[in-house]
Amino acid sequence: MHPILKLVAQRLALSFLLLLAASALIFAGTIILPGDVAQSILGQSATPEALANLREELGLNEPALSRYFSWLGNALQGDLGTALTNGRDIAESVGYRLKNTLFLAFWAAVVSVPLAIGLGLLAVRFRNRWPDKLISGVTLASISIPEFLIGYLLMYFVSVKLGWFPSVAMINDTMTLGQKLQAIALPVTVLTLVVLAHMMRMTRAAILNVMQSAYIETAELKGLSGLQVIYRHAFPNAIAPIVNVVMLNLAYLVVGVVVIEVVFVYPGMGQYLVDHVSKRDVPVVQACGLIFAAVYIGLNMVADIVSILANPRLRHPK
Amino acid sequence: MSDPLLKVRNLKIGATVYPPGEKPHDIEIVHGVDFDLAPGKVLGLIGESGAGKSTIGLASMAYGRGGVEITGGEVWVNGRDILKSGIRDVRSLRGGEVTYVSQSAAASFNPAKKIMDQVIEAAVEHGKFTKAQAEDRARALFAKLGLPDPDNIGKRYPHQVSGGQLQRCMTALALCPEPDLVVFDEPTTALDVTTQIDVLKAIKEAIRDTGVAALYITHDLAVVAQVSDDIMVLRMGDMVEYGPTDQIINAPQEEYTKALVSVRSIRHEEKQPSATPVLTAKKITARYKGTNFDVLHDVSVELHPGQTLAVVGESGSGKSTLARVITGLLPPSHGKIDFAGRSLSDALAGRSREDLRELQMIYQMADVAMNPRQTVGTIIGRPLEFYFGLKGAEKRARVVELLDKIEMGDGFIDRYPAELSGGQKQRVCIARALAAKPKLIICDEVTSALDPLVADGILKLLLDLQKVEDVAYLFITHDLATVRAIADSIAVMYQGKVVRYGPKSQVLSPPFDDYTDLLLSSVPEMKLGWLEEVIAHRKMESAGN
Repeated sequence: MHPILKLVAQRLALSFLLLLAASALIFAGTIILPGDVAQSILGQSATPEALANLREELGLNEPALSRYFSWLGNALQGDLGTALTNGRDIAESVGYRLKNTLFLAFWAAVVSVPLAIGLGLLAVRFRNRWPDKLISGVTLASISIPEFLIGYLLMYFVSVKLGWFPSVAMINDTMTLGQKLQAIALPVTVLTLVVLAHMMRMTRAAILNVMQSAYIETAELKGLSGLQVIYRHAFPNAIAPIVNVVMLNLAYLVVGVVVIEVVFVYPGMGQYLVDHVSKRDVPVVQACGLIFAAVYIGLNMVADIVSILANPRLRHPK
Repeated sequence: MSDPLLKVRNLKIGATVYPPGEKPHDIEIVHGVDFDLAPGKVLGLIGESGAGKSTIGLASMAYGRGGVEITGGEVWVNGRDILKSGIRDVRSLRGGEVTYVSQSAAASFNPAKKIMDQVIEAAVEHGKFTKAQAEDRARALFAKLGLPDPDNIGKRYPHQVSGGQLQRCMTALALCPEPDLVVFDEPTTALDVTTQIDVLKAIKEAIRDTGVAALYITHDLAVVAQVSDDIMVLRMGDMVEYGPTDQIINAPQEEYTKALVSVRSIRHEEKQPSATPVLTAKKITARYKGTNFDVLHDVSVELHPGQTLAVVGESGSGKSTLARVITGLLPPSHGKIDFAGRSLSDALAGRSREDLRELQMIYQMADVAMNPRQTVGTIIGRPLEFYFGLKGAEKRARVVELLDKIEMGDGFIDRYPAELSGGQKQRVCIARALAAKPKLIICDEVTSALDPLVADGILKLLLDLQKVEDVAYLFITHDLATVRAIADSIAVMYQGKVVRYGPKSQVLSPPFDDYTDLLLSSVPEMKLGWLEEVIAHRKMESAGN
């Protein structure tokens, strides 16, 4: 077998094990919370009989281990159970929310990843000169201001004062792509500003590191221009660290956008999770946790596999 | 005489230095150098490190490495002063009219790109050839340079070919755009001696056949004598002597040039072996963890007290692994080691403090073998404290005594390693090893990173110390001139085996086995026409077989 296939297979297996461990932690975490689901549904004034009945009904008297395996088995088949608060199928509601979150994350990534890498390349090209300092300064400022503040500032100036984009990012299935994009323009801008600095600075550092190599001197002595040297010779050797930081930020765009969704009242996963945590709707919290873990682990796995594939020594053994 | 292709006038080059404990400041590293190079001629630039030879070579491409800056003078290439040219003109010069071959092709090829793409890049970029034409030319160059499978080698990645092959690929890269001038910067220095001869031959023939002019930069006068028409000797940024190769080699005028020509003139009479050896390695077989082949097979050697055993071989021959086994860093899978009349434990953990004290080591890279934050006094004092419990004035007195032995004096006791020259650092490492009063010192390529004259000084010091301290050396090296200078007995290693072993006089006299013959005949000699002689001799032999 090609050694690279073996490495990739190992990495895939590791991700699967990691996801399994994460599911166990999520389940264990919701169990050790004080009080149980029956209590939270019926409230403080419930009679002991009613509680016992509901527990029986929900299967809460079974041992934890068997509940974990039946939950995991159902989840693997796409059945995430029903929400306690409204009795709806979780898979269905989460599916809709997840689609919206991915939509927002996708467009934020489409804007921020090329922008971050491009700015990183420019910063290297003009390192320690004013374009580098300007890029570093602006991106650092944007990451230092809390994201909700940027959100409200944009809302005030761009939507209230200028009226270019709506301040509330409500989308639904009847809207065209153009309408949707107009609706999410502001949250995409905020998310871009939040993730830009990290990716840009990592790109800059990774390429500067490669720029110390002797083969960069060779490229310069071939008479290539500064940008040609950077994108032809430095960038291909800096892919692994760049992909790593890009994937971390993509994961953040899916998993960490709670604040932005709340600020812009966007119907995504984050808001859904926050709503149900406050209502102690344990099955929903578990389902969301599992999905977030899967996204996080999956993206990091992609980063690792790209790093493996980007290494010519592994791709083309002697 | 035709107009010079390259005309350098009063070239001055400066750099910013960052000495420890001082403010960064500018210094001049080349102080006004003049020379001419006619089309199709080869000029050798020779000197020790710090002579400014690479810097001058790169200046002919209007390039300064790191913080290096050309501060004055003129560099004329093809009738224009390139120091006054715009960036566009300089770019078309680099990789078009003038190209560069670096010391380490392994580091100078981009690991992420195929060899062919890198070889033709400059020719295509400057519009000299189309991609298809350039690829044809590259394949022809691969064949001319004697690379195996010239039609397909370009499809490989740099890590898939050997160091010697990659160095030839780098020459192809430089010749592909049909330049007028190639700067060869120590192109064979990083290679094994048997590989060097092939690369040298390939470079020489390529220069002859393409009619390109060349600047050939090296610290090895014997090498440059084989390829250049003229030689310029440089020292600390000044020209020392400049003349035809024949005159420089056979009738040098300046004292410094004479010293360079006569370097390695140490004579050392071999000593007779005594009754009981201090070190006996018996049938050592060893492999590294996680690998499935033996790096050492059945290696047996003996070393007598107060004598020197030279272990000589190319990279990968297992000579450094032998040192690791003897020091206990790599327990062997078979075999045993006797030292000073007792059996040594295989593993480091099983050895007594006395074992450790009597067996010391000196390394190739003196500057990484010392803690940069400790003074010379602390570095040398540490073994005195550790093995003998010396403290205070007693310790200091002994450190001064050791500094005297390495001919440095007590003025160095409070200096830091960064304030010492390469040769001085290696001397401090020798003093540190001596401080333990060892019976055996393992010297692993201790002179390889040093300039020839400095290396000579170190070898003389080691020989003098051996007489006084009666210490034995296990001397690991790839350099046969060093072996001749210092050894009493020699073990020639090849692919993990000892292929020839005995007293120096016997090992270095015919009849030779094939490998030793190849090794000995590959060492460049300081005479004109040596390369042709060897190649003709080898052709005759292979025709005879």
